[in-house]
Amino acid sequence: MRRIPLSALVGLILTGGFFFVAIFAQLIAPYKMDELVGGVWDPISAAHWLGTDSIGRDLLTRMIYGAQVTIFVATCSTILSFVTGSVLGFLAATAGGWVDQALSRFVDLVMAIPTLILSLVILTAVDVTTLNLILVMGFLDATRVFRLSRAVAVDITVMDYVEAARLRGERQGWIIFSEILPNALSPLVAELGLRFIFAVLFISTLSFLGLGVQPPLADWGGLVKENSAGLVYGIPAALAPAMAIAALAISVNLVADWVLSRTTSLKGGRGA
Amino acid sequence: MHPVITLVVQRIALGLILLLAVSALIFFGVEALPGDTAQAMLGQSATPEALANLREKMGLNDPVVWRYLHWLYGFVTGDLGTSMTNGEDIAKSVGQRLGNTIFLAFWAAVISVPLAITLGLVAARYNGRWPDKLISGVTLATISLPEFVAGYIVLYFLAVKWQLFPAMSMVFPGMGVFERLQAIILPVIVLVMVVLAHMMRMTRAAILNVMQSAYIETAELKGLSPITVIWRHAFPNAIAPVVNVVMLNLAYLVVGVVVVEVVFVYPGMGQFLVDHVTKRDLPVVQACGMIFAAVYIGLNILADVVSILANPRLRHPK
Repeated sequence: MRRIPLSALVGLILTGGFFFVAIFAQLIAPYKMDELVGGVWDPISAAHWLGTDSIGRDLLTRMIYGAQVTIFVATCSTILSFVTGSVLGFLAATAGGWVDQALSRFVDLVMAIPTLILSLVILTAVDVTTLNLILVMGFLDATRVFRLSRAVAVDITVMDYVEAARLRGERQGWIIFSEILPNALSPLVAELGLRFIFAVLFISTLSFLGLGVQPPLADWGGLVKENSAGLVYGIPAALAPAMAIAALAISVNLVADWVLSRTTSLKGGRGA
Repeated sequence: MHPVITLVVQRIALGLILLLAVSALIFFGVEALPGDTAQAMLGQSATPEALANLREKMGLNDPVVWRYLHWLYGFVTGDLGTSMTNGEDIAKSVGQRLGNTIFLAFWAAVISVPLAITLGLVAARYNGRWPDKLISGVTLATISLPEFVAGYIVLYFLAVKWQLFPAMSMVFPGMGVFERLQAIILPVIVLVMVVLAHMMRMTRAAILNVMQSAYIETAELKGLSPITVIWRHAFPNAIAPVVNVVMLNLAYLVVGVVVVEVVFVYPGMGQFLVDHVTKRDLPVVQACGMIFAAVYIGLNILADVVSILANPRLRHPK
C-alpha cells in the first residue's frame, strides 16, 4: 500500500465529512429545519454561525439538511444510472447484433440532445417529485455509463475465458455478472466519482432553476435560489450553499483522480 | 465526385436524420411518459369537464402520429404553434429572445475562443513550468463550479461589492449596441469562465501531442525559437482537433446560457424555456427544446465538417 497523496487525503476527508453530515443531519443540526429563529438575513452570530436565511431560518441548519437532500438524490441517481447503464452496456457487448445496434443507436439519440434541455422537456410532462427527479437524472446519465461499460466489455468479450464460458454453455446472465463484471470493475469505479459529481451539479442546477427538489425540502441549489435575492443588497447568504456545492464537487474530484491513477497503474499503464 | 464532398454530404445527411429522430424523441417521448399532459397542466383538483375541454383544445384526441406530423410540418414552415398559458404565437415570442441569446453567446464566443487558444499555446510553450501550472490550476477550479455558482460569485463581487457592472442584464428593443454590450458584460464573463477551461486544456493537449512529432524536433534542431516552432509547425497541425474542441464548447455554450440567463434575468431563450417549464406549457417547451437541440446538433455537424476539411489527408487523397 503506497502512501495516499495529500490531495487525495484532503479529498477523502472532505468527502467523508460531507457524507457524515448528510447521514447524521438530524443529530447535528442545531435547530429544526423549518424553525423560524431570527429576523430576515440576520448576520453571522454566535447563535447562528452562518446567519439566517430569507425568512429567518438558521442557515447552517438549512445547509446541513440541504447536504442530506443533495447527497441522497445524487447517490440514488448515481446508483440507478450505474446499474441500468452497466447492465445494458454489458448486455449490448455480449449479445451483439441487433440488440447492440438498437441500444447503441438509442443512446446516441438521447446523447444528441443536451441533458439539461431533455430533462426540462421531461419535467414539463411529469410531476416534479423527488422520485421522478432521481429517475430522470438516473436514466439520462445511464447513457454515459452505457457507453463506457459497453466499450470496456467489448474488449473483454473477445477474451478466451469468456469464449470458454460460452462453450461450456453458461447463460448470458452468468457471463455478464461472473466473467465480465469483475474484469470491468476498475474503470467503472473510477467513473463512479465523476458521475456522482455530475449528479450533484445537475440536481443543484435543476433546483436552482426551481425545477428540482420542491419546498419545504431544499437542497443546496434550492438554498442558493431562496437566498439569491439578497445578493443584490450585499447579503452573501446565497454564497454559502454555492460554495458547499463547489467544495463537494472538488473534493470528490480529488478522490476520483486518485482512484483513476491507481487503477491505470494496476493495469500496467503509466505507473506513478 | 471529390471524396471530401462525399464525406461532407454524408455527414450533413446523417445530421439531418439525427435531427428528425430527435424531434420524434421530444414529441413521442413526452407522449409515452406516465401522467396526462392535461392533468399536469390543470393540477390534481381539475374537474373531468375541464380536462375534456383542454384535451379537445390541445387536439389530444387526435391520433398521435397525425399530431406529430402536423407539429413537424409547422416547425419546418416556421409555425411553432401557440402557447397554452397565454395563447400567444410561440414563433413571435421566440424570435426576439433567440436574437438576444445569440447576441450573448456570440460575444462569449468572440472573447473565449482567442483567449483559450492563446492560453493553450502559452501553457504548451511553458509545459510543466509555472505559467502552465498557474493556467491549469485556475482553469481546473473553474471546471468544478456549476454555472450558477460562478454566476453568483461574479455577481456578488463585481456588481455588488465593487459596483463595477450592473447586476441585472436588462436589454430591450431599441437599445444601442454599446448599451447592450455594457448590460451583458457579467453574463459574458461567466460564460467565458465556463467554457474557457475545457477549450484551453484541449488546445494544450492537442499541441503537446503534435510537439512529439519528428518534424518538431527538426524545427527545434534548426534553431527556431520555441514560439516560432509552435506557431509555424505545431499549431497548423493541431488545427483540426482545436477547431473540433472549439465547436463542441460553443455547443456547450447553448446549454450554459440557460442557467446564466436565469442568474442575470436576461430576456433570452433560456429564461423563456425555464419559465414555461414551471408553467408546464408543453408546446412552448417542446418548441424551445427542439430549437436548442437543433442548434446543438448543427454545431456538432459543423465541427465534424470543419475537421474533415481541415484534414489534409482527406483533402489530397492518394
